[in-house]
Amino acid sequence: MHELAVTQSMLNLALEYAGRAGAQRIMRINLVVGELSGIVDESVQFYFDFVSKGTLAEGAQLAFEWQPARFCCRTCGHEFALQDGNWACPVCQALGGEVIAGREFYMDSIEVE
Amino acid sequence: MKVEIVRDILSANEQIAQENRRLFDEKGVFVLNIMAAPGAGKTSLIERTIETLQNRLRIGVIEGDVASTIDADRIARLGIPVVQINTGGTCHLDANMVRVALPRLLLDETDLLLIENVGNLICPTNFALGEHLKVIVASTPEGDDKPYKYPGMFSVVDALALNKVDLLPLLEFDLDYFRRGVEALNPDVAFFPMSCKTGEGVQEWIDWLVERCRAG
Repeated sequence: MHELAVTQSMLNLALEYAGRAGAQRIMRINLVVGELSGIVDESVQFYFDFVSKGTLAEGAQLAFEWQPARFCCRTCGHEFALQDGNWACPVCQALGGEVIAGREFYMDSIEVE
Repeated sequence: MKVEIVRDILSANEQIAQENRRLFDEKGVFVLNIMAAPGAGKTSLIERTIETLQNRLRIGVIEGDVASTIDADRIARLGIPVVQINTGGTCHLDANMVRVALPRLLLDETDLLLIENVGNLICPTNFALGEHLKVIVASTPEGDDKPYKYPGMFSVVDALALNKVDLLPLLEFDLDYFRRGVEALNPDVAFFPMSCKTGEGVQEWIDWLVERCRAG
């Protein structure tokens, strides 16, 4: 159900910008989504096809650019990717990373005609 | 033609959350967004908090559930003003649901507002409500791997209550493993192992909460 609310917000945003640009049709929506955002792309596409019916965005393709989660070690400053079940810094083994990427969920652009 | 946007998809929610927050600050209400999986003990933590603090602070509660007023009834029995929000299927509270509920509470006569979110470890993370602090209640029967499986939630909370520690002798729950997962994501989190049933560890949570509430 979460994806439905999210998809509706997404559609509203795309329609707002398409309207401002005087577009007839939205062909593609480019999204940037972090690994920690909790978004399921298949589910968003499913709801999108449903909620966009009869709007400028009907039939638009959703493009998801996934951002992996990255930490910055609080002890040595090394930047590293999240690994399953082991989140220690690979350089100094310290725990305690600042999440520097992976929470993104924004609309980068739309392609219209 | 390409139209640049670069805007957060939940910006509408974020904006309402900020308006809620301004209202809370203006009225001097300190607000917690309490999240957890179903059955972890959100309502029990709220009950314990009320029992301990209701002579010192004026407390209000918003209960978010998909359906029913079971939780709101539990709180109302303690003589505390409570508003039930039924989300009707939606898996989280959002800022607008809270905004709509606020006129049913006397904010001028409230010091501490406890908002119990819908039981879910994923979606509530993405929807700010205007709260001052995010709190997660985890419980030992859920397993020690939860921080690793739901990093989005565990990385954003200010406080973590690990409930049902009285069951530890019966479970294979590695407290160090759990704690390492939490601290790797969120080293500044305030961690409270407790049992809402026996009362063990509850006082530490209360002391911290009162301190944070005073600081604003």
